[in-house]
Amino acid sequence: MTFVKIDQKKWAEGVSALKKGYQVFGPVKEGKDHEFRKLSGDQMPEMDYGNTRLSPKAAIYPQSEVMFTYTTDERKDDHHILKEPERDETPKAVIGIRPCDAFSFLLVKKNFDTPEYKDPFWLRAYDATTFVGYGCDDPCSSCFCTSAGSGPFDEKGLDVLLVDHEDGYLAKVLTEKGKALTEKAGWTQAFDAGQAEKVFGEKAATAEGKFESQISTDRLADIPSMDLYDAPFWEDIAFSCINCGTCTYLCPTCWCFDIQDECRGCDGVRMRNWDSCMSSLFTLHGSGHNPRGDKVSRVRQRFMHKLKYYVDKYGDGIQCVGCGRCVRKCPVNIDIRKVCEMMNQYDPEAQNECACPTT
Amino acid sequence: MQEYTDKIRQIARRLLEEGTVDMVIGFRKGSMPIMNEPCMVRRPQDVDQLVWDSNCGINLANYLTDRKEKIGVVAKGCDSRNIVTHIIENKIDRDQLHIIGVPCGAMIDKRKIASLVEGEITDVTETEAGKVIVKGEGFEKSFDKAEVLQENCAICIHRNPVVHDEMVAEPVEEQTDVDRYADIREIEAMSDAERKAFFDDLYKECIRCYACRNACPLCYCPTCFVDESRPQWVGKGQNENDIRTFHFLRAYHCAGRCTDCGACERACPVGIKVRMLTKKLEKDCKELFDWEAGISLENRPPLDAYRPNDPDEFIK
Amino acid sequence: MSAPARQLDARKGDIVENPYLPYPVRIDDIITETEDKNLKTFRFVFINPEDEEKFAYMPGQFAELSVTGKGEIPIGIASSPTEKGFIKFTVNKVGLVSSYLHSMKAGDVMGVRGPLGNSYPWETLKGKNVVIIGGGFAFTTLRSSIIYMLENRDQFGQIHVIYGARTPGMLLYDQELKAWEARDDMNMHITVDGTDDPNWKYNVGFVPTITEQKAPPADEDTYAIICGPPIMIKFTQPVLDNLGYGHERIIMSLENRMKCGIGMCGRCNIGKDFVCKDGPVFTLAQLNTMPKEY
Repeated sequence: MTFVKIDQKKWAEGVSALKKGYQVFGPVKEGKDHEFRKLSGDQMPEMDYGNTRLSPKAAIYPQSEVMFTYTTDERKDDHHILKEPERDETPKAVIGIRPCDAFSFLLVKKNFDTPEYKDPFWLRAYDATTFVGYGCDDPCSSCFCTSAGSGPFDEKGLDVLLVDHEDGYLAKVLTEKGKALTEKAGWTQAFDAGQAEKVFGEKAATAEGKFESQISTDRLADIPSMDLYDAPFWEDIAFSCINCGTCTYLCPTCWCFDIQDECRGCDGVRMRNWDSCMSSLFTLHGSGHNPRGDKVSRVRQRFMHKLKYYVDKYGDGIQCVGCGRCVRKCPVNIDIRKVCEMMNQYDPEAQNECACPTT
Repeated sequence: MQEYTDKIRQIARRLLEEGTVDMVIGFRKGSMPIMNEPCMVRRPQDVDQLVWDSNCGINLANYLTDRKEKIGVVAKGCDSRNIVTHIIENKIDRDQLHIIGVPCGAMIDKRKIASLVEGEITDVTETEAGKVIVKGEGFEKSFDKAEVLQENCAICIHRNPVVHDEMVAEPVEEQTDVDRYADIREIEAMSDAERKAFFDDLYKECIRCYACRNACPLCYCPTCFVDESRPQWVGKGQNENDIRTFHFLRAYHCAGRCTDCGACERACPVGIKVRMLTKKLEKDCKELFDWEAGISLENRPPLDAYRPNDPDEFIK
Repeated sequence: MSAPARQLDARKGDIVENPYLPYPVRIDDIITETEDKNLKTFRFVFINPEDEEKFAYMPGQFAELSVTGKGEIPIGIASSPTEKGFIKFTVNKVGLVSSYLHSMKAGDVMGVRGPLGNSYPWETLKGKNVVIIGGGFAFTTLRSSIIYMLENRDQFGQIHVIYGARTPGMLLYDQELKAWEARDDMNMHITVDGTDDPNWKYNVGFVPTITEQKAPPADEDTYAIICGPPIMIKFTQPVLDNLGYGHERIIMSLENRMKCGIGMCGRCNIGKDFVCKDGPVFTLAQLNTMPKEY
């Protein structure tokens, strides 16, 4: 592991240099909020931000992505045969990603990279990407990454971690990919490791001390799934939900998608689009039957998936990195921290006792 | 505001104890600044979670659709107008409802407040003197409430419920000297190219989550046209024509029905001014048919009734 | 070339098969199965002969039928792996893709993606008695299973099949049913809910009733496979309970809305399990511990 120092001048030169070998994504201010966008021309990442409005998942997993193309013109030899379109295989660099968001890719990878099947679209994009993280000095009051398996200076899923230092950055080079990127950028001014570790350590400790928000997840694995499923609190949690799906679209760890065919004339595409478990169409059978036809079952699905099914399936924590976007953007203020608390505290036996006095 | 809250709790407790209603739908304190959460109270001992303040912008008519219970519902002016629309459109029965009318002091806009301060907001309170105090890490700012209202509230001319079974307080004075359509006239005055550019810009950030639709009390179709597959009216990807088609058609479906409650804009996660379309249709309905939605249970909406003297100059 | 690019190349080597890419097939034959014409059996041949080998399947698995411009639908495989040179699917006309498929003709080109999902537990069933209970159009993977068992007859004990539909004209595979009825190495019980055909020589009665009358007694070596509409399953299960069938020996095949078929798109889950990848076949004992989201 090495450390390099990047001053402002080197930073600007480095980003420009990277654009010659990478598709560079970074935070860009749009209106009041920042979003991750592919940086064009002389555009620089605008690093002065808390967290982007949408998660950076689209850099790897676009909201709408062509999987295959085909022609329905039967005069052509290859009519109705699906083909993968040409792709821009230039490597990607995501610069300035927050550690929680970078960690989210590791969670999502469990879904797309399985022993039985590999999702080529996601995996190719992921493998071609170098993640340059940016330590989080000022977490929001609704952030809870430290209790969701990550942290403001967490290195999991990152190739490089930047922290503010003097008038520029200190970079911790974590992987071979990270090394290649920093070399390409010309960020090679070595910095004393002992001193750097101290800077990183102090910054992390300061930031971690600022967290006001925590969740408890220690009991989730032990409470039987069906007890949580049948818990009495779902109707109350779901009441205010309008099933808008904002939470799922903003969430860095929501990976569900739909597959759709669309044609213009004889030119067709099969594409996939982000989808949401909040939509009743998500599970509607051709017969009209819908196993999650009411909103209570859909809201329960979202939280059970993140906080129980995922926990049971992978035995490696919850499917949430604590970025807080869903908490901040839910139009009716449904708060995953509260729901997690209710689930984690749930005691099915106490519940039975509770119900008894009225009988 | 505390008097409103106390009175709402008192009424809710009485209705539940007497068995007049099976549930009361109102607001409880949110976990985030400037947010309250719609909630349902079924037992008298739970009424103390109900609150009222200037963060109750969500339209509760949306929670009544197709419910079968007897319901006590807390309703400000716009909620009551959407309740009227719901009753006219047979989405709820008047006899099922006990409407707890709230004269509305207008709601504050969390995006507007966020745009007026630098840094994260941790607490927002309102004083009796009509000030809004905004606190965050290292700052505290005071605004006149009038500066930070939701845009639809600032131009609202029906703050008092149009229908109710009892009121929480005496009616507030209605605003009369407001220009509801200044922004729409500006769009109307644009050239075609300018207008196209305006709408291109308006929808460029749409992520098609349909939060605007789901937040809207009018959007209760069992299957929305964007979700139909046979026939498929619009594509499902991020094609800009498909996105515009969704917004334009949804707005048309709200013509003569929209009460400008602002639910769509509140819900939009990317801050699209969805009301720019619905307000144009509202303005047209006002000018062509002298119609305001949800004012009376007696009159049929203009697009739902034929009158021989209906204007037809716009049909060419 | 930079390091990330090399990584990409390495990965391209890893992902040789794109699991979303269907095998191109040609429609070889179409048979209208039922009198309401809502069920057709499609026989496909692979356009690239080597794909047939890749499409190695066992009864109980399904595949995504892919129609360009319309989409894909998950359909149980009705042919048996013992039938070579083609694969068969019986499709109910319900939605966008299936309706279009019903309008297609022999010779048309489309795609098949699979095989997907688990299968019936053939290792467990080896040497056991098997009772197949089917209703309506949910008989497709059961046909596959029957053909497979008859081709490997010595690997199984007694074979009972109870299959019912509303009317004689709604039974699938009627020629095969009659041939099975005539065999002496299996017990075939065809039934209909009702008929005014004076020449009907098989059973009349609902599947649960016929199951009660004809199913063999339960023991450690007897397994039931049930596939049918929810109402049939609802009333057949208590019958099997009364007969003493343990829930780990009642095997069911589920349906849910699916898109990817490989456990990634997220919609067909029942609890932590995916119907498409962990199923569609589950024992009743397993289902008893899962949400009823199917």
